[in-house]
Amino acid sequence: MGAVLATDVGRKDGGPDITVERGQRAVFCGLTSIVWLHRKIQDAFFLVVGSRTCAHLIQSAAGVMIFSEPRFATAVLDDRDLAGMADCSEEVERMIAKVLQRRPNLKTLFLVSSCPSEVIKIDLENIAKRYRERSQGSLRVISYSGSGIETTFTQGEDSCLQNLVPEMPVHTVEKNQLLVVGSLPDIVEDQFARLFGELGIEELNFFPGRQSETLPSIGPGTRILLAQPYLGETARALIARGATLLAAPFPLGAEGSLAWFRAAAESFNVPEDVFKSTMRAPFERAQRSLEGCKETLENRRIAFLPDSQLEIPLARFLSRECGMVPTEVSTPFYDALTMAQEAPLLPEGVEWFEGQDLDTALDRVRASRPDLTVCGMGIANPLEAEGLRTKWSIELMFSPIQGFDQAGDLAELFARPLRRQARLEVGSWS
Amino acid sequence: MELTLWTYEGPPHVGAIRVAASMERVHLVLHAPQGDTYADLLFTMIERDGKRPPVTYTTFQARDLGGSTANCFLDTLRAAADRFKPQVLLVADSCTAELLQDQPGSLAATAGISIPVVPLEMVAYSRKENWGASETFFQLVAGLLRGVEKPAATADNRPVRPSVNLLGPTKLGFRCRDDILEIESLLNGVGIDVNVVAPLGASPADLLEIPNADLNVCLYPEVAASTCQWLKRQFGMPYVDIVPLGYGATRDFLTAVSEALDYPINIDAIDHCRLPWYSRSVDSTYLTGKRVFIFGDATHAIAAARVASRELGFEVVGLGTYAREQARDVRAAAKELGLEALITSDYLEVEAAVERLAPELVLGTQMERHIAKRLGIGCAVISTPAHVQDYPARYSPQMGFEGANVMFDTWVHPLVMGLEEHLLTMFRDDFEFNDSAVPSHLAEEGGVSKRPEEQVNADDAEIAWANSAELELKKIPFFVRGKARRNTESFAVEHGLNVIEVETLYEAKAHFSR
Repeated sequence: MGAVLATDVGRKDGGPDITVERGQRAVFCGLTSIVWLHRKIQDAFFLVVGSRTCAHLIQSAAGVMIFSEPRFATAVLDDRDLAGMADCSEEVERMIAKVLQRRPNLKTLFLVSSCPSEVIKIDLENIAKRYRERSQGSLRVISYSGSGIETTFTQGEDSCLQNLVPEMPVHTVEKNQLLVVGSLPDIVEDQFARLFGELGIEELNFFPGRQSETLPSIGPGTRILLAQPYLGETARALIARGATLLAAPFPLGAEGSLAWFRAAAESFNVPEDVFKSTMRAPFERAQRSLEGCKETLENRRIAFLPDSQLEIPLARFLSRECGMVPTEVSTPFYDALTMAQEAPLLPEGVEWFEGQDLDTALDRVRASRPDLTVCGMGIANPLEAEGLRTKWSIELMFSPIQGFDQAGDLAELFARPLRRQARLEVGSWS
Repeated sequence: MELTLWTYEGPPHVGAIRVAASMERVHLVLHAPQGDTYADLLFTMIERDGKRPPVTYTTFQARDLGGSTANCFLDTLRAAADRFKPQVLLVADSCTAELLQDQPGSLAATAGISIPVVPLEMVAYSRKENWGASETFFQLVAGLLRGVEKPAATADNRPVRPSVNLLGPTKLGFRCRDDILEIESLLNGVGIDVNVVAPLGASPADLLEIPNADLNVCLYPEVAASTCQWLKRQFGMPYVDIVPLGYGATRDFLTAVSEALDYPINIDAIDHCRLPWYSRSVDSTYLTGKRVFIFGDATHAIAAARVASRELGFEVVGLGTYAREQARDVRAAAKELGLEALITSDYLEVEAAVERLAPELVLGTQMERHIAKRLGIGCAVISTPAHVQDYPARYSPQMGFEGANVMFDTWVHPLVMGLEEHLLTMFRDDFEFNDSAVPSHLAEEGGVSKRPEEQVNADDAEIAWANSAELELKKIPFFVRGKARRNTESFAVEHGLNVIEVETLYEAKAHFSR
């Protein structure tokens, strides 16, 4: 697999045959990504300007509330704001002041717009700009959209990172650098850093990093490797600043991780023997870790309802490395730029859908009765009650699943519901 | 704008979904942007519902804005009517759709649908979830019963047994499922029939039967008060609004039902409640004056204050609610206990109050459970918002005599048991059984796995503890040590002392035990 320039992978042709559905969509909005982004970027605060619904969504999506004062909050709009009795930019600044009072050491404050703030056209970008001009302090204030009318679920991270790109300094150093893009659990990030180090790729940065005070630089010498599949707009923004997108599948499973590292190794001219000797142990370990689940997963049929944008890479991993048979792969939207290396790896006979029409999609699942359905949290128990086994997908966002040493854990997430079915005597799954 | 970290209540349209999800053959078409479908998981995950709530969302996106969202709503409405064929369609806006002013109610009226439509106005920017549930229930009942004749009570059709409606229980309410069973069996036990339970389990056809009962029971005023008032105006139906939460309240409730129906009830004959004896038994002596902090919805908070102070002999040190609509009632209940009620929807304020008051038990919502856990204080959940563990598999009502038993067990359990308190003192210096070990019955509570270090207040840093005083403090059992430390320090500040000696400790003890 060779490194391909971004311009080569942007083409739409050669993509899969996708049915586009426009109907009721059972997906989270982009605000949900704050749940993992605030854990990743620990010196940042996320201030949503929205309604009580926004606040309720974030705490509900988090499943259990996080056991401390969170690094996110919602400025809930009220009648005064809507009636124009309150100056919204003054109000937002009052909210910022409140946040800073509790957390004076923040480095970045994200002003996140929501459906209601966008519909009444509160210009958070302008408010952020004016705040920075006036305060001239060290606090970076950035606005981005997490609204449901603009973003779905993981797109919230894309929107956040995209709006950080203009903040990145220009990369002036001659030496090429590798930028890994997409928030990863710290443990995965550390594993990746060790392996890149062993490959001799020393100019390495992760975006987003654990702190936001200094951002990685960007320029023509920057090669980007996407660690998450939902970052199309961020990738485009980075490309626009001169970076080169390395063509690779995503680091899910042994094979996916190997190809992902290979894309970087080839781009940085890592000698083949160094690549092989570095990758051998982790690759073999990953393969071994999959053995335990194969028996459970092999030849089992799996359907993906649209949710996290991880559907296509997961279907690839589960079919090629675990022997599962994907029947339907639906994704909130299909981005040819990020899926170029993934889509061709899916087996024949998969039905592809973009968007959603919930009731029709549920009808299809009821008719085909796959062994496992990957879906959002709201739908999982109802399908279980109808005798179908499910895997709710938000867990895939909260667990470390990328890289060689998580391949087994990833397979286990899908095997566990099937093992449970085999164990239980009570109730019935047909 | 109001800065909100965690919210006690959802937006009003979630209240509408709760009512729709509670009922049979009702479907809600909600004009809402993509993402608002998160509300499904409240029902399917937290309450483990085996079916999606009966809601179809329009889930419009940016590309639909600018004229076509109204069509999007109409298409969704027609498709939902076709697919689900409900007896009644509810239509409403979520917060974002309200701003578009598509007016689903007017649109639905022109949609040419044969199913009756009840339009809801959720006023998302000034109201919250419980109000939304109340308004939805009221609009449904009023919408179906407006213009219906009051059934004539003739000698022929008057049933032999009196009957009541139980109004207010909903999905995602606190223990509603079990409360209904308990109250129904209590009433059946004294010869009273339950005519309609609503919204939970009722269909629109059932709502039409409401006027056939003799009395309404306003079981959850947050949801049913406005409906009960309307039914009284419309049909002259009396209602009882004493909520049977706690032993005394259950007896008061039965007395009120008896009086309203003019029907004698022998309460003693059905009173098998164990709470009164358990509370009088000697082991419960240690409950005397336990400091308890109470926060929740108004109904559960007020009831808990009565049970805590008058039925368990606790000392209520704080009482509050997030429900501003019922703030007056909570203020009155607090005043009776010599307290000022805490009325707030800001959980940080609640946390600060708990920290300041240093109670031995917190009775609250899911939020207070987190607060108590962080502060290492025992806690029982008494009100929504609640999490998945508060929708238990077992029968666990809060209302009625069995509910009082459940409350006794649940509230006493997180406390250090009477005998154990003495043992802790006796064995304080034992190398295995010492006061840094967690009481055995709490070890598996998931709560306090390790006792948090006592915090020395940074503001009091100018006060020093003499070594001897510090050692003496350690001899005091851990569960009062924090309080002793704070009391002694505030005593020292009050008396201008810089160093706390052993003597100061005992001076303070005497001072505070007056």
